[in-house]
Amino acid sequence: MDQIPIMKIGDCLLVSIQVDMHDRMAMTLQDDLTTRIVATRARGVMIDISTLEIVDSFIGRMLNNIAAMSRVLDAVTVVVGMRPAVAITLVELGLTLSGVKTALDVEKGLALIRRLIDDDGEDMSGRRED
Amino acid sequence: MPPKIKSSLSRLLDDFEEEIVRNWAGAQKAELKSGQGEDQQLSALARRFVAGLRAGAEKGRFENIRGDEWAEARAVLEEVSSDRALKGFTPSESATFVFSLKGPLFDVLRREVGKDPERLGEEVWAATLLLDRLGLYTVEVFQKSREAVIARQQEELLELSTPVVQLWQGIVALPLIGTLDSSRTQVVMENLLQEIVNTGAAIAIIDITGVPTVDTLVAQHLIKTISAARLMGAECLISGIRPQIAQTMVHLGVELNVISKATMAGAFALALRKTGRKVVEQNGVEAVKLGAPKAASGSA
Repeated sequence: MDQIPIMKIGDCLLVSIQVDMHDRMAMTLQDDLTTRIVATRARGVMIDISTLEIVDSFIGRMLNNIAAMSRVLDAVTVVVGMRPAVAITLVELGLTLSGVKTALDVEKGLALIRRLIDDDGEDMSGRRED
Repeated sequence: MPPKIKSSLSRLLDDFEEEIVRNWAGAQKAELKSGQGEDQQLSALARRFVAGLRAGAEKGRFENIRGDEWAEARAVLEEVSSDRALKGFTPSESATFVFSLKGPLFDVLRREVGKDPERLGEEVWAATLLLDRLGLYTVEVFQKSREAVIARQQEELLELSTPVVQLWQGIVALPLIGTLDSSRTQVVMENLLQEIVNTGAAIAIIDITGVPTVDTLVAQHLIKTISAARLMGAECLISGIRPQIAQTMVHLGVELNVISKATMAGAFALALRKTGRKVVEQNGVEAVKLGAPKAASGSA
């Protein structure tokens, strides 16, 4: 399997990373995700990394990149389910993922995306109608 | 001649055990100014040690006090030394236990073999070497006991000083007490993150009322903890920054990038508001509760 499934929930996209990523896979994911955001007009992207036990600087950078790309496409990115050990490792590596929103689990992540979308809802009203 | 000396020391210890033990215990009493109960204990220990020494001198080699022959003598020394280490004696006072044996022992030696100066010299030299080695061993054990005490206290401190308490559903608090060094930060961070997972907390209040100083290093540790909690999806609030610490932080240019509140209560109120809750005063019941301390402070 060298493709990561992207699921659509309402106007959110859910990406669950469950295997170790390598360069090719990351590129494919970024490609697929940006295409899907535009195609589905998604407002939020949720990346679930609760099964990842090791997150290195490469994945950290990829998460940052995805967040930046989504932001350009007018979608918020929330990373959910990070394990304590992973969080400590990332901080020690100096990767604080400052451009990415975080939540404890998928449920809280969805609530956060909902809140973030609602916060700048006014300029979205036109898009919601169609 | 080692064999001759050995036999004569063990013989002397055998023949004059009573006298040596009595004089030795006396010398120690004078040295330590101990109480009556401890006197008996001292005499008992002195007796055991002399017995151990005799057993060792009979078979063992003087150069190697780590051998099995000296096990009994070493056991007594270990007991005395760790006991004194725990009671707060100095290393010299512990080593005195062995060194004060020299006086009584040499008295006996001088009386018994004093007519033969050459032999006396040899005997005294052998006995001195032996007792010096045992004395050094005492100091070693003393130091080890002290180090064990320190290590245990450090561990206890580490465990005691990093509690994470749940204040409300979704709100945890971390009251930090004492200086933050790297190893403590590690423990604090792990505890906090684990508690965030366990309770599903969205907000963590870090109270630094008990942190004596905040320098750049401590600030860096705080920032790490805050970043890690953020990665787990929890927002951090800081409370209890004291005036001096506020000044230092500004002078050092430390920026934590979090909301800070003067007191834990203030941070808690904000946390409740952020999670969509508020505290409502109940008429009657609350008024009485709040009124009591006011009346007390008024009368004082």
